[in-house]
Amino acid sequence: MTGYLSIFIAAIFVNNIVLSQFLGICPFLGVSKKISTSAGMGVAVMFVITLSSIVTHLIYHNFIAKYNLEFMTTIIFILVIATLVQMVEIILKKTAPTIYRSLGIFLPLITTNCAVLGIAVLAIQKQMDLMHSVAYSLASAMGFTLAIILFAGIRERLAKTAVPQALQGTPIALITAGLLSMAFMGFSGIIH
Amino acid sequence: MNKKVSLDNLTRGIFRENPTLVMLLGMCPTLGVSTSAENGFGMGMATMFVLILSNAMISMFKNFIPDRVRIPCYIVIIASFVTVIEMLMAAWLPTLYTALGIYIPLIVVNCIILGRAEAFASKNNVWQSVLDGIGMGIGFTMSLTVLGAIREILGAGSIFGYPLFGTAPKSLLLFIMPPGAFIALAFMIIGFNKLRGVK
Repeated sequence: MTGYLSIFIAAIFVNNIVLSQFLGICPFLGVSKKISTSAGMGVAVMFVITLSSIVTHLIYHNFIAKYNLEFMTTIIFILVIATLVQMVEIILKKTAPTIYRSLGIFLPLITTNCAVLGIAVLAIQKQMDLMHSVAYSLASAMGFTLAIILFAGIRERLAKTAVPQALQGTPIALITAGLLSMAFMGFSGIIH
Repeated sequence: MNKKVSLDNLTRGIFRENPTLVMLLGMCPTLGVSTSAENGFGMGMATMFVLILSNAMISMFKNFIPDRVRIPCYIVIIASFVTVIEMLMAAWLPTLYTALGIYIPLIVVNCIILGRAEAFASKNNVWQSVLDGIGMGIGFTMSLTVLGAIREILGAGSIFGYPLFGTAPKSLLLFIMPPGAFIALAFMIIGFNKLRGVK
């Protein structure tokens, strides 16, 4: 049990996927102007990353590794993820229109979210079993959600302040992200 | 006239529409691997390789790819070239390969490459697409190398691995750590905007 707990703490706080591993920066900077949209993005990412980690894990161990196709991993994974996102979109549209309406716009963006492919590849590289890789992916995605919501909260405040002209827009967003990343470095002593 | 268009396509990515500093594409590798000038340069060259070849190939096949499935087709083409560069780097540049790690397979989802495929290569001929790939590639490589150099000088007191201030310099360790990436890039964008004359 402590194994899972440490996976969660490590992935959410210590090695936060956005703030210390730099995966998923595009949505982190792109859809973080409002807390509500960034929370929507976070939930969609959590859903897709967890699902894709299960599917890629099964495909890797039952197909790629079995037939020595390791060199094809990148191509197969990206196709699987793209298909999966498309399928999730279609299924949600048919079965859960309310969820689709709130998450739908984020789904197409997720295919090119490097966090999804990154986590799938990292989970394979770390040679985790299925349950650990699910825990790892869910925790990493929770880290993403936490980071983007915190960031959106700061940016909502920032929009009301007088920022020096040269810093307006992207530079101040990046500096804010830098300070947030610095704050998260404070967690680095928790887990070795 | 034709020469002017070609030159324009080549230089667009370097300055006016610099993918990193103006378009803000490909942020993950930019922030992730720019801990040293060498890593930044290696990542830039790897991306440029994929960008030129995928631009050329997509432009070559643009009339055969059905419009509705073009994005998956582009992704397969890009992923194939990424696999090629991944294997080449693992064989010939093992140190760089280890240093760049996870960011090499992630070239597939670098928005610059898919972005250029969609915005340029699918509408222009092979030669112009190659020029565009070279220009964008140079722009990306330059930004990464400069950012890497800034972070390496401030954070480790060296450049391309050569110590600048003696063997045990007092350095701002922050700059080779994650927060330094964000802050250094922020100031680089400010500098670049001043250079371009944007307010």
